[in-house]
Amino acid sequence: MVIDCKHVWEHISGYLDATLPPDVLEQVQKHLEHCEICSAILDSTRNILILTADERVFELPLGFSERLHARLDEEIRDLAP
Amino acid sequence: MIAKILAGDSQLFHQLIRPYERRVYVMALSFLHNEADAEDTAQETFLKAFRNLSSFRGEAKFGTWLVSITLNEARSRIRRRNTIKEESLDEPPDDQGHTSPYLLRDWREIPSEALERKEVRLLLQQAITGLPLIYREVFQLRDIDQLSVNEAAAALGISIAAVKVRLHRARMMLQKKLAPELKQVAPKRRWWAWS
Repeated sequence: MVIDCKHVWEHISGYLDATLPPDVLEQVQKHLEHCEICSAILDSTRNILILTADERVFELPLGFSERLHARLDEEIRDLAP
Repeated sequence: MIAKILAGDSQLFHQLIRPYERRVYVMALSFLHNEADAEDTAQETFLKAFRNLSSFRGEAKFGTWLVSITLNEARSRIRRRNTIKEESLDEPPDDQGHTSPYLLRDWREIPSEALERKEVRLLLQQAITGLPLIYREVFQLRDIDQLSVNEAAAALGISIAAVKVRLHRARMMLQKKLAPELKQVAPKRRWWAWS
């Protein structure tokens, strides 16, 4: 069975997570072999996921850890018998 | 380690939470859009976890349990906020139709080194925090915190199928927003002029 671009878009997430059933995976792969638009959508999505998962995107504020552990110490002291 | 803490070695709690500091903070930030509120919520989350450690049964992973506390803390803070612009916590129906991606014919890979540039980090931050809440929380747990589908479903109290649908939409929304923006900041090819 041949599937069109819109159907492929529905499977991009499953394709990236490698959770597609074998028959769907084969259809998607066949489509990607000749469709430059869907290939570019897949490549851009994969690239974006790599970038958004990078720790540098959201950095902890300066001194976050120190302030957190200082507050915890206060709490621990208060609860001590 | 948790047993030792409960037995009285409270200082070990510092060690226990270190690997989760960033996750809890980012989770709170993605809800609250404000660094000071996010830091406060993260502190409250860890304090609550310390006070309630004896109720942690070990059925879920400690990290997943912390995520649940963070979600509750962040949600109740949003409810308490009495600001003009308030985010709705009502869940929109999941069957909102398809999210079409941004169409393009080729994609030039953006290397991770691009994240050294503040403008690139800002684009990504704004795109993630701009996602509607139900998509943002799933994306955060799966693609940023790298939780499994099952763990994300447990932390959010939704079905595995709902996690998959929301994750797919979140990713497509991000592709649609970010692909054109990132194309603009992609490093230009260098052309050497032959003289």
